[in-house]
Amino acid sequence: MTSGAVIDVQGMTKRFGDKLVVDTFDITVPRGAIYGFLGPNGSGKTTTIRMLCGLLLPDAGSGTCLGFDVRRQASQIKEQVGYMTQRFSLYEDLSIRENLDFVARMYGVRQRRARVTQALEELRLADRANQLAGTLSGGWKQRLALAACLIHDPKLLLLDEPTAGVDPKARRDFWDEIRRLSKQGVTILVSTHYMDEAVQCDFITYIAYGKKLIDGPAADIPRLVGLTTWRAEGPELAALEVALAGQPGVDQIARFGATLHVSGVDASALAETVRQFEQTGQQRWSLQPAGLEEAFIYLMAGAQDNFARDAA
Amino acid sequence: MSWFSPARFIAVLVKEFIQMRRDRVTFAMMIGLPIVQLLLFGFAINSDPRHLPTLVEVHDDGPLVRAVLAGMAQSDYFDFIGVVYGPDAGEAALRRGAANFVVVIPEDFERDVVRGLRPDILVAADAADPAAIGGPVAALNGIVALASAQTLTGPLSSVATAPAPFNVIVQRAFNPEGKTSTNIVPGLLAIILSMTMVMITAVAIVKERERGTMEMLIATPVRPLEVMAGKILPYVLVGYVQTAVFLAAAFVLFSVPFEGSFLAFLIGFNLFILGNLALGFLISTVARSQMQAMQLSFFTILPSILLSGFMFPFAGMPGWAQTLGTGVPATHFIRLVRMVMLKGANSADVLGQFQALAIITAVFALLAMLRYRQTLD
Repeated sequence: MTSGAVIDVQGMTKRFGDKLVVDTFDITVPRGAIYGFLGPNGSGKTTTIRMLCGLLLPDAGSGTCLGFDVRRQASQIKEQVGYMTQRFSLYEDLSIRENLDFVARMYGVRQRRARVTQALEELRLADRANQLAGTLSGGWKQRLALAACLIHDPKLLLLDEPTAGVDPKARRDFWDEIRRLSKQGVTILVSTHYMDEAVQCDFITYIAYGKKLIDGPAADIPRLVGLTTWRAEGPELAALEVALAGQPGVDQIARFGATLHVSGVDASALAETVRQFEQTGQQRWSLQPAGLEEAFIYLMAGAQDNFARDAA
Repeated sequence: MSWFSPARFIAVLVKEFIQMRRDRVTFAMMIGLPIVQLLLFGFAINSDPRHLPTLVEVHDDGPLVRAVLAGMAQSDYFDFIGVVYGPDAGEAALRRGAANFVVVIPEDFERDVVRGLRPDILVAADAADPAAIGGPVAALNGIVALASAQTLTGPLSSVATAPAPFNVIVQRAFNPEGKTSTNIVPGLLAIILSMTMVMITAVAIVKERERGTMEMLIATPVRPLEVMAGKILPYVLVGYVQTAVFLAAAFVLFSVPFEGSFLAFLIGFNLFILGNLALGFLISTVARSQMQAMQLSFFTILPSILLSGFMFPFAGMPGWAQTLGTGVPATHFIRLVRMVMLKGANSADVLGQFQALAIITAVFALLAMLRYRQTLD
């Protein structure tokens, strides 16, 4: 295993028909990291994850996952990976215990019965063990799915939008669990749409339309994007938003609750524009560190432009 | 890296049994279907029908004519429903389907018989349904011979020669093999097994795809053979239950004999079940939805019914159709079952059928394994 990287792949490419879904994608995930995988819908996140765990054969690219070749050693990879699918993919007509038991058998878990019982207790589902999985609510299905992909103590967890459609409390619990696993040395690659989840990741990669736009430690992303953000508070923000559009230095205006975040890459031009509006308007302005959310909105807008130009 | 792990095979097997048990409707269908079909078709399909509506056109009346008509009525094949006049009326009745037969006794029939002129009795039959008229037509000659022998006595016995002193001319007669439920029931076993075995396995993989569980299944280290064997074996057992139920019903309700070697039956039957399950599995790897899988399996069932010799005599089909039929597992199984159950064959007699079934099964299984994808591509 090179330099302790659990996932180390280069040039991953996948086409469906003539549609390029993932375009020469590189990723390096260090051991024990929580790696956030961000991007809009249809950006190729699921396809990339499926290639990493051997469910799809990449058209091009090479590399290793857990030290095994992603192209030729898919079955060895599968034995040590826990993959949680975006859609609930356990058997709805099997009970909770039967599902866990099935998965445990598939991975040849030692002392299977004891392990399944332990998992049920950890899930706090021991008293509902014989309930059919299909009758569980979304949050419980997600907990069951996580328990199922942890039952063989995988070294790498691939989680594909694990918290979609789950309530905030369940999401919080879920992330507590993720951090606990990470501390135990499990490497986690998690795709998400939620910024509050993205900030909990150690590393982030952002992909759009099959292309990686940026990657790095989560804290460095806004700096890497190079965005300056001013915050405006006060009355008549809607009118201000209209007036600001197209002004020098203003690349992006985003509403956050009762404030307006105005961002741009040209810090001095933006500062000049803000100074003018500060003199004439009724709003209070303050410079604030650019957050992940502004950075991603900015990246996504840029990616869409590129995509539109390619299409034209 | 093992290509077959008993533990994973058992995992799939146990899962399939649980799912089978939970799916009550399908389970009931698998067990109930053989009985329903046996009752329905065993009683309904009758290639030797009786009491067929018959019209008479009588231009002569005498003891011999009356004896012939009485003999026809007594045979149970013909039910006289009325009288017609003129060839047009008779033809119209046949065309309408009001009658299956029109019997025409010509003028001066009795006089011509006495004179030794061998007149004709014309029997116009509705050949649109050839199977229906076969039995009665075959019986006709015996009926008239008997009637004439009984009537032409005394001074007329000189003309009561054999063959009968007159001809019975049947127009457009068709003469099928004229067998009954003894023939239908063994063939029906092949059809019922094909239907349930192919259909149920055909949805096996597609169901996993449609429900999204396929992604989880192939994300585990499971191997194609483990999935295939684990999914097929439960239905082999279902096939056993179906056959046991079916044979019991066949003996009790239809008194179908079992003349030959039970071992030969068992070998052929296992090969046949495996062949159908492999075919179903192959369909499952091709179809994109459960609906498609059902349609595809239906297309495979039609040849089992039409080209296998179940409905129509195999020898009667043109060469290319016989070639097609040879690729249908049911063809060989129906032959085998008829040979074993009805003609008392043993394993050595049906070796050719064993071979054919084994080859077909191997080809289907191989294709299915090649088609089965371990990825979502």
